[in-house]
Amino acid sequence: MTLHDQLPALLVVVPLVTAPIAYLLRAHGLPWAAAVAANVTAFIIACALAATVYGGETIIYEMGGWPAPYGIVLHIDALSALMAMLVTGASAAALIFGAKSLADEVGEEIAPSFFAAWILCTAGLTGMVITGDAFNIFVFMEISSLSTYILVSAGPDRRALVATYRYIVMGTIGATLYLIGVGFLYMATGSLNTVDIAARIGDVTEVRLLLVAAGFITVGLALKAAIFPLHSWMPNAYTFAPNVVTVFIAAASAKVSLYVLIRIDYAIFYKNIPNHELQLALLLVPMGILALFAGSMLAIYEKNLKRLLAYSSVAQVGYIALGISMASVSGLTAAIVHMFNHGLIKGGMFMAVACLALRYRSVNIANLAGAGRAMPWTMAAFVIGGLGLIGVPLTPGFISKWYLVLGALEKGGLGAVLVAAILLSSLLAVIYVWKVVEVAYFKEPRANAVPVEREAPLVMLIPTWIVVLAGLWIAIDSSMPVTMATLGAETLLGAR
Amino acid sequence: MELLGLYNYFVFAVLLMVGLYCILARTNIIKSLIGLTIFQGAVFLLYISMDKIDGGTGPIILEGAPADTIYANPLPQVLILTAIVVGISTTALGLAVAVRIREAYGTIEEDEIQEMDREQ
Repeated sequence: MTLHDQLPALLVVVPLVTAPIAYLLRAHGLPWAAAVAANVTAFIIACALAATVYGGETIIYEMGGWPAPYGIVLHIDALSALMAMLVTGASAAALIFGAKSLADEVGEEIAPSFFAAWILCTAGLTGMVITGDAFNIFVFMEISSLSTYILVSAGPDRRALVATYRYIVMGTIGATLYLIGVGFLYMATGSLNTVDIAARIGDVTEVRLLLVAAGFITVGLALKAAIFPLHSWMPNAYTFAPNVVTVFIAAASAKVSLYVLIRIDYAIFYKNIPNHELQLALLLVPMGILALFAGSMLAIYEKNLKRLLAYSSVAQVGYIALGISMASVSGLTAAIVHMFNHGLIKGGMFMAVACLALRYRSVNIANLAGAGRAMPWTMAAFVIGGLGLIGVPLTPGFISKWYLVLGALEKGGLGAVLVAAILLSSLLAVIYVWKVVEVAYFKEPRANAVPVEREAPLVMLIPTWIVVLAGLWIAIDSSMPVTMATLGAETLLGAR
Repeated sequence: MELLGLYNYFVFAVLLMVGLYCILARTNIIKSLIGLTIFQGAVFLLYISMDKIDGGTGPIILEGAPADTIYANPLPQVLILTAIVVGISTTALGLAVAVRIREAYGTIEEDEIQEMDREQ
């Protein structure tokens, strides 16, 4: 047993063990340093795992040496490695970026518990991504959710508390529905290991039981993933959480629920419920299209920049839902690539928002007049992110929309409607991005406003630009996410 | 008679809906959290019901027990122990947030809180 064999377990264990240590470190700055160390280590491990599975093989790690289906196994293929990189990368980048912004928003006395919760959140999300056990996913989901609630409630405004409370209620309902679904699956198959369930489920004659299980699991996860109209917890949670927390949860946490949705639905139900393709499409296509338009329209009329981006996330999750609903390699590839790319884009944009908030002490769009001149680098990062949301060529958003349109065109008549919806909603994205650009570049600051002359500090600007440049690099050479997503999609659909 | 034999599952469904209704219909945060606890409690019942085997005893192997003893399935029991712990943590966190909401707003009625946020 070399260290390399133990990497899958270490991906979860490193953050899990660091969390209590961070809680005990009471000196100034140390909890943050521990969190950065744990998350950067996890990111390196995720990259090493991704390099191992890049060729298409699967790593099965038996926890405690108990073989499946008796023990819990970690199951890492291209898709889970890609998601693990997204989660740990977003978490590490947000932490490194956020030292100054967090010192500004989160008080020194709660720092140890705050960072402990953050590390636990990473542990939970990576656990959800790599575990091969349906019940274990629930446990990790609750670890990550409980710690996300704590992170959101650390927001400086008192409305953060109400947002947290709504999030707790909705999140718990979602997780409980998922748990009920897993219970029905266990009743039907007598197993919890996803591979084992998939192998046994063919013998189940009672289709109605499977349908009920699929329904509970899909709706529960859709609630956690904030697919319209189940998104009601999301805008306020994003708006009132500390800015850096928003960077993290917007980039990673909702995506992980979508990942589980893809994983469970395609690995278990897709081949074993008659007409499941149609059922999935009937649920997700209307939800996705509504999400595109409702999310974009709400963003257009929004005055708070963070909530605007949150509504835009509602719309972007719609694209992912459409990709999932297509049940084809190109559709699933589009969905997975867009999860990754949207994480990069939104992460970068929320970083720019955190920079603006640090200088302007406000995220109301009206107060940001003149930001284009006062903070040119920050606003440039924001605009590049905005172009990505629209899907302009040479941005990461273009890549994923390209695959989505390809997937839609395969579907014939209905596909044409989807393409029209995708293009139309991209135009709506132009409107809400332009709204911010117009104020920041072309409006004079109000006479009574405190003038802002300084650019954001370099410790924040440099990570922001690293994320933005990583996005642009992905846009030019998208082979990494596309290869991994295609591999993942082909494995899920059984084409390999 | 088969339907009556499933009364555990009927209770599960009823509890689930009672919990959900309580969450949706109550504006008092504590009452909603009680609803949430009922909602989760229903799932515990679901899991515990499915592990029962006719004539099965507790899944503990005793010395001298006949070889053909039937045992209940221990796995759902273990799973639900985990889920109960998760449920308690969630409730505790929810109540902690309720305390802080009360400190910040002076009330735990959601409509009053909404009113105060609108004025802000």
